[in-house]
Amino acid sequence: MTSRLLLALPYFTVVVLIVLGLAVMLSKRNVVKILMGLSLMESAVNLFLVATGYRHDSVAPIFTNVPAGPMALPTVQALTLTSIVIGVATSAMMLSFAMVIYKKYGTTDIQKIKKLKG
Amino acid sequence: MRHVLFSAILLLFFGGLMYLAADLPFGDPPRTDMDDYFLRNAQAQTGANNVVTSIVFDFRGFDTLGEATVLFTAVLGVGMMFRKLKEGEEYEND
Amino acid sequence: MKMTKIVRTTADLFFPFCLVFGLYVVVHGHLTPGGGFQGGAVMATGTALLLVARSYDDVTGRIRKGAMKACEAAGLLIFLCAGFSGLFAGRPFMANWLAPDSALFRTAVAHGPNAGDLNTAGLLPLLNFGVGIEVLGGLTVILLYMLSGIKEEKKP
Repeated sequence: MTSRLLLALPYFTVVVLIVLGLAVMLSKRNVVKILMGLSLMESAVNLFLVATGYRHDSVAPIFTNVPAGPMALPTVQALTLTSIVIGVATSAMMLSFAMVIYKKYGTTDIQKIKKLKG
Repeated sequence: MRHVLFSAILLLFFGGLMYLAADLPFGDPPRTDMDDYFLRNAQAQTGANNVVTSIVFDFRGFDTLGEATVLFTAVLGVGMMFRKLKEGEEYEND
Repeated sequence: MKMTKIVRTTADLFFPFCLVFGLYVVVHGHLTPGGGFQGGAVMATGTALLLVARSYDDVTGRIRKGAMKACEAAGLLIFLCAGFSGLFAGRPFMANWLAPDSALFRTAVAHGPNAGDLNTAGLLPLLNFGVGIEVLGGLTVILLYMLSGIKEEKKP
């Protein structure tokens, strides 16, 4: 069991990060902390994508002065790059929304923002 | 009571995901046809040493165009939220 | 609130190096790890460094918001024009028509591991540059906007 855990350690790290992010998002009331949980889950997804494309003893898929050997899969790395940039854009949007909410309501507690409830 | 239920559901979720993750092969991806094609032909077709760049900007150029547009739109949105408020317009705080 | 002179001087000292390193990452995007997005983010980090060390008014005196907006729009425009240039060359949209054997960026690259040559990869360096400029402008404008929001909050 332990060797199995070590063999697929990145995937288990992904699971731990996703569950932690979900727990933070569901249990916290502060908007900024909820966004932190969301960012944590985003990082977990990025890690999952990169881990999917790893081959044993492989090098990065860049041919400049590279040692001989297998190369890691490039497509998932390209998709991860896209995902990171979209993540930065959405994080900036959400944090701006949090700032506007704080300006309008004077609090970031989602329980106290009554006006958003219907 | 609610906390116990919450923790139990989270633990169940954690266990299920762990069970799924244990079956994934790490370090030995099963189907690599597309990636092998990119690794073989990227240098000949795009002339770039960096295969990831050649995928992002050439093979999947449309994807990157959309990505750049999303970044542009996000900046527009942030700018709209932090614009200078006009006369008589304000964040009411009642 | 003002940072000490040590912090401010160090930030001033490191700012050009941030820009140069980011530009290096952008320009070598088709040879080494990195590319437009990463290099642009590194360049925007320099602005963040200045914002941490100095006040908002100091930074906006040095980095104009309008110029950064122009940077961003110019980056996306470069990207689009490079994409449409394929149509004028008789190839599809976004086609890398400079790449295999055409004077600028068109040296054929050796197959397999090689030392790398900047003058390769056809349209890719141009696209990298456009995206790098766009990310630099976009992230800097986001940082400046957020800090201006904080400043307005503290005034009354």
